[in-house]
Amino acid sequence: MNWLDTILQGVLLGGLYALFAAGLSLVFGIMRLVNLAHGDLIVLAAFLILVLVTALGLNPFVAAVIAMPLMFAIGWALQYFLLNRTLGKDILPPLLVTFGLSIVIQNGLLESFSADSRRVFAGSLESASVNLGPVTAGIMPLMTFFSAVAVIVCLNQLIYRTSVGRAFRATSDDPVTAGLMGIRPQRIFAMATGLAMVVVTIAALYLGTRANFDPTSGPARLIYAFEAVIIGGLGSLWGTLAGGIILGVAQTVGAAINPEWQILAGHLAFLAVLLFKPRGLFPRAVD
Amino acid sequence: MPILELDSISKKFGALTVAEQISFAVGEGEALGIIGPNGAGKSTLFNLITGNITADSGSIRFLGSDVTRTPPMARCLSGMGRTFQIPQPFEKLTVFENLLVAGVFGSRQREAEVSDRCAEILVDTGLIDKANVLAGSLSLLQRKRLELARALATEPKLLLLDEIAGGLTEGECRALVATIRAIHVRGVAVIWIEHVLHALNSVVERLLVLHFGKVIGIGKPDEIMASRDVREIYLGIEI
Repeated sequence: MNWLDTILQGVLLGGLYALFAAGLSLVFGIMRLVNLAHGDLIVLAAFLILVLVTALGLNPFVAAVIAMPLMFAIGWALQYFLLNRTLGKDILPPLLVTFGLSIVIQNGLLESFSADSRRVFAGSLESASVNLGPVTAGIMPLMTFFSAVAVIVCLNQLIYRTSVGRAFRATSDDPVTAGLMGIRPQRIFAMATGLAMVVVTIAALYLGTRANFDPTSGPARLIYAFEAVIIGGLGSLWGTLAGGIILGVAQTVGAAINPEWQILAGHLAFLAVLLFKPRGLFPRAVD
Repeated sequence: MPILELDSISKKFGALTVAEQISFAVGEGEALGIIGPNGAGKSTLFNLITGNITADSGSIRFLGSDVTRTPPMARCLSGMGRTFQIPQPFEKLTVFENLLVAGVFGSRQREAEVSDRCAEILVDTGLIDKANVLAGSLSLLQRKRLELARALATEPKLLLLDEIAGGLTEGECRALVATIRAIHVRGVAVIWIEHVLHALNSVVERLLVLHFGKVIGIGKPDEIMASRDVREIYLGIEI
């Protein structure tokens, strides 16, 4: 067994988990909304890409680019017309509503696409790989990882360097005062969720081309996303990437020892971090 | 034409009347001071004017149009700026970013267009050397100055100041008053709630006295301060 190879595969898998988590982290950071339907929205986006690929014969990457504005619109409308109504001092209503949404999406997908597991085919890219000295990395996992890095760089630039990003941070700080500065918090929240859905679409592209998925795949993706966010420390996107990598490495190392231990090893790593660093590895200094 | 006009504004919180038939007008470029004992409804009156609270009855006109039911963001865009009694900066943004947010969203302009003006405001309000510091780390005086600077960044035609001089030392207060007077001289109308009377009276042209949600006097500062009701209610002087 090649340990270097195992760890590399784990790191690259971590990129996928960071993609799952980035949207969740963004929405939580800006409006303290825990979206329990996040995993199901990833699966929904994967089905959307699948439909575009099979019905129009598009390349999956082109399909994802087309799916992005559609998912942005879905996220925007979802936040503006539904989730904004649940936000307030009480944290329970958004949890209940997104939990219900999760069930609705799963059953809606089950009705439309049956329970068969599906896959998005990316052609020859799927088996292509590059030799990196002692190890070999697949092109798709590499693309997944670098997409995650690119997404995090872009989100950080947006949040810390643009006026929309400043509005995100100001609204997250104090929505009432932000209103007095001419910001409409409801629209800022809608834009944030729309943006999160664009990230979700990128995550869905790599989820769908990497492995099989079916209408009930969402909740497990949500768990991985949560674990990555918590390991990394709330509020830090680079921390989320680190969290995803730790989760990914733990899973591949676990699987290398015994294939049955893959999932368990990831959860154990998460519990170990919670035990020794309850606020995550890179918590924000001010909070 | 008055810039702001309140006509019989009333508001109740349950059985408690916090504003009763309040009517007054503020002329363009005028400075009006508001005084009254604690709990007289002064900050509530500001909340009614900015739209954070909606009046039960009566109407508010701003720059000639009815804004009684207009949300706060729209009132800010049409030229109302406000500071809070307890400063509420965006703590995780830098001082300069606090102003940029207000400038970009409060006056619907691009960042490049507002950033020079924001820097000027920071110079005027004495905060320029704190521009890149997180707002959460400022002292009380600096926070009060930031409240003022951020309100100015929205390019207000009417500035509402809520006890901005409270809790400051004599010297700090004098410097702040000079800044406010300079803003007023430029033609910005000001409504200023304040307990520090000498600071208030050195800027405003008229005083309004509020007591249990009612206007009990409005007029020239010296006339108001001389009136029997005001001395009894506000200054607590037995006559």
